Formats: sequence, structure tokens, C-alpha cells
Amino acid sequence: MTQISVRVDGASYTDEVEPRTLLVHYLREQLGKVGTVVGCDTSNCGACTVHLDGEAVKSCTVLAVQADGSEVTTIEGIAQNGGLHPMQKAFHELHGLQCGYCTPGMIMASIDLVGDNPDPSEHEVREGIEGNLCRCTGYQNIVRAVQQGAAEMRGAQQ
Amino acid sequence: MIPAAFDYARPTTVDEALQALAAGGEDAKVLAGGQSLIPVMRLRLAAPSMVVDLTRVTELRGVREEGGDDGALVIGAMTTHSDVVSDPLIAQHAPLIAQATETVADRQVRHRGTFGGALAHADPAGDLPAVALALDAEFVLAGPGGRRTVPAREFFVDYLTTALAEDELLVEVRVPKLAGQWGMHYEKFNRVAQAWSIVAVAAAVRREDGHIAEARIGLTNMGPTPLRATASEQALAGAVAGADAVAEAGPARRRGNLAQRRPQRQGRLPCASRPGAHPPGGQRSGRSPDVGVSRATRELVHRPGSRRRGVAGAARHRADRPLHARRRPGLGHR
Ligand SMILES: Cc1cc2nc3c(=O)[nH]c(=O)nc-3n(C[C@H](O)[C@H](O)[C@H](O)COP(=O)(O)OP(=O)(O)OC[C@H]3O[C@@H](n4cnc5c(N)ncnc54)[C@H](O)[C@@H]3O)c2cc1C
Ligand code: FES
Ligand code: FES
Repeated sequence: MTQISVRVDGASYTDEVEPRTLLVHYLREQLGKVGTVVGCDTSNCGACTVHLDGEAVKSCTVLAVQADGSEVTTIEGIAQNGGLHPMQKAFHELHGLQCGYCTPGMIMASIDLVGDNPDPSEHEVREGIEGNLCRCTGYQNIVRAVQQGAAEMRGAQQ
Repeated sequence: MIPAAFDYARPTTVDEALQALAAGGEDAKVLAGGQSLIPVMRLRLAAPSMVVDLTRVTELRGVREEGGDDGALVIGAMTTHSDVVSDPLIAQHAPLIAQATETVADRQVRHRGTFGGALAHADPAGDLPAVALALDAEFVLAGPGGRRTVPAREFFVDYLTTALAEDELLVEVRVPKLAGQWGMHYEKFNRVAQAWSIVAVAAAVRREDGHIAEARIGLTNMGPTPLRATASEQALAGAVAGADAVAEAGPARRRGNLAQRRPQRQGRLPCASRPGAHPPGGQRSGRSPDVGVSRATRELVHRPGSRRRGVAGAARHRADRPLHARRRPGLGHR
């Protein structure tokens, strides 16, 4: 077992983990942060996306020990002042989901994209979320939601 | 699935990493960005007894210049794909690397995956090996006995096999700066945006007085290792820069380009491949690089010195397809 200290969604944790524990399993099973989900075994689907020190990563493809000393933000930590994050709100309003399984990862990847590109075109959104798969929606509303979320995030910053 | 149990070392210097690797014996594995290694460990296609994590070896990260105009760009093995894409020195001296790296995987994978990891993994479908080969890069390897430098032509030994010995680390890659008027382009054919190349071509061409003075062409996934399209390169050298020369250098040279000796197996197998991937040797060697060679070089002849943004080539093939029309990718389903 190896000891790690991480900040997750603003709270500090110190825990013993096996080196083979994936970050996503640490989040879900040890911290109970089940908002982050696992959708595949091959690092393809992006459902498990979280921010590690401010960058979107697939938490199924990072070891928990690698997050030692880092700051992790999950879908459970993005709500602002008790209200939804603008990107969550946009997914909700534009119906950017059906079953919702891909949604946590989609939202975390989208916030990361907008951090680099505050006003992405439709094409840039499609490229930006290429690491996230949705089996339900056909992506149309997801893309719209990301663009609206981006607009609201720009507004929020002004 | 989760990986099989392993011992974990997190060195902070190259020397410590070499010691940990030596102590771990032949079942030890280096962990760079983990974007190839962790998936194969999850599927239990690799089960190292010891994992040596390079993430904290900060001396392996970053890009610097060495020497003057005829010097080199030195890219640390642990420089992430996303750092490569935004690096000003790479944009200035070797835009081909940034352009190809931008087509690798997706944002999340590019945040973790590293330049050195992608080269050490030596997947023939990986985008960076052909680029390193086209740019005549040199690989600096550190081992218990010191450092040695291996040219790209000798680094890629066979399918997923490099010149790295069990107890060696890839430390950095030196990319010679190109003097003169060069144009570069990476043309990638892939079915799914985040997935691997079906085939791809890395081309760099030097123009002089309306002629092609020199051409360097690297081929992705057209053999067990990245290849140089030497026959096409020879056909282009000295030709008038124009569509005719490009046409002549493509289809007619196919045999010459692919008739490269299958290298001797030596060195180590970095780890099992992408699950389900097949060695491209036999069944893939017939795949024709013609179209790619023609497109990539045509691009250059018409826009010498142009620096189109990375997504250019690949994006054109994927932009016209809505995301939902893409095949569901899997690591092994190319
Ligand atoms: C969904 C997905 C899509 C992808 N798509 C593409 C793509 O389109 N094109 C592409 O080129 N790649 C693609 N990749 C692979 C990606 O580029 C990886 O980052 C890369 O292949 C490996 O780099 P890494 O730093 O993650 O290495 P790791 O996974 O950590 O290591 C890979 C191998 O190299 C060895 N190694 C790593 N660093 C060193 C070193 N410094 N010295 C000695 N040995 C070392 C390791 O021991 C291991 O065997 C994809 C990956 C995923 C998960
Ligand atoms: S669960 Fe992480 S990419 Fe699918
Ligand atoms: S809403 Fe069901 S997978 Fe995206």
C-alpha cells in the first residue's frame, strides 16, 4: 500500500491505496464520488473524465498514486454557489443527454475545452470532445449545449 | 478491469529511475504518460512486477535549443503531447511534429501521453515514429553504463520493438534544425478522429530555385516499423517543384518504398500492443502509400514553407463526417 494525499473537489484526503488502483476506482470506491463513471475498458469512452491539476484526463488511465499531491475536480465539484455550473445548466436546458451516462465526462471535457478556447465553433467542439463517446444522443444537442455553456462561461467571466 | 498487482517506484531523477529499473529486473516497466501502458495493464496483456513512474523526473520534461542555426531542438522524453502542440520552439523549427501530435488521440490523452512514450512504444500506427524518422531525429538513451545516441533509422527495430535495452531509458530526442526553405506536412488517414492512423505520411521538402532540393518522407503503419519512402525521396530530389514531379514520385515508386529490409529482431518489446492489433507485416505491407505521398508532397509543392495548423490534414478527412457517423473505436479495432 502507498499513502497518497489529494485534494478532491476542494476537500483534502489522505489514504492508503494499492499502486494498481485506478484513480476512478479510488474516487468512486474510497471517496464515494460515484458521479464519475466507467464506460469502457480501453480508455476510449471518456465517461471517467475528471480534471487533474486543471487538465482533463481519463481517470481510468491514471493510477491513484499518480494523483498524489494533486488537485482533482470531478463532476461533483463544479457546481457554483449552490447552483449548477453554466456547462451543467446548458446540458440540462438543451437536453444534451438521454441516458446521461456519458454526461459527467462530456461536461468535464467541455469545460476543459472552453478553458483553452472560450468560443469554439461547432467543428472545434466536435474535435474537442472527440475523446468522449455517447451512445444515445447523436451528439447534436451535446454540441449545442457546449456552445451555449461556453457562451455562459464567457458571460460569467465578464 | 484493474491491473495485476505491482511494486511501484516514483523516482525524481534519471539516476534514481535507472536504479529502480535495474532493481526491478526484467519484469520492470517504465511508466511515462501511461496512455498505452495502463490500458494494456488493465486488460492484463501486460503484468509488470515493478512499475517505474517517470512523472516526477522533471529533468525529462521540456524543449530546448542546442547550438545555433545548425544545432538541434532537444525534446525531453516526458514532454506531454499537449506541451509539444503548444511549444514555440517546435512551432518554429519543426512544425511537422506539432502538426502530427495534434492528430494523436484526444485532449485527455494528449494531456498525459508523452513524446518519449509514444516513440518508445513504437507502435507502427503511432504518428510520431514516422515523423522522427523523416526528420532524422536522434534518440538519447541512458543506461547503467552511461548515455548513447541512436539515430532514428536504428531506433525502430521491429513491431513494437526499439533499440532500448531492458535497463535503459529514453531521455531525450534531438531533432536537427533544418537549414533552408523547408515545407512540412503530415497527412493522416483515419476512420475515427481519436483513433490511430490507418496510414499516414510525414513529408518535409526543401525548395531551392523552383526545384525540390531534398525530400524526406516518413510512412506510418505501412510496415512493422515506420519507413522512409526512399524511392519517392530520390524521385523528388532535383525535380522541378510541381505536380508532375509529385505524380512521378508516387505510384511508380511504391515497390521501391516498401521494399525495405525487415530489420533483425533485437532490443525489447516495450509492451503488448494495443489489444487486438496485428503486426502489420504480412497482411498490411501491400497497403499503398501512393495517395498519401502524393497528397502530402503536393501540399508542400503548392505551399512551400506554409505552416498550416496541425489539424489541417487529418481534419479534412474527419471534418466532413459528423461525429455520430464514426465507428465506435476500440483500442484494437483499427
Ligand atoms: C484512446 C487512445 C487513442 C490514441 N490514439 C493515438 C493516435 O491516434 N496516435 C498515436 O500516435 N498514439 C495514440 N495513442 C497513444 C498515445 O499517443 C500514447 O500516449 C503513447 O503511445 C504512449 O505514450 P505514454 O507517454 O502514454 O507512454 P506509456 O503508456 O507510459 O508507455 C508506453 C511504453 O513505452 C515505454 N516507455 C515510455 N517512456 C519511456 C522512456 N522514457 N524510456 C523507455 N521506455 C519508455 C513504457 O515502458 C511502455 O512500454 C492513443 C492512446 C489512447 C488511450
Ligand atoms: S472509462 Fe475511462 S475512457 Fe472509458
Ligand atoms: S446520453 Fe447515453 S451515452 Fe450519452
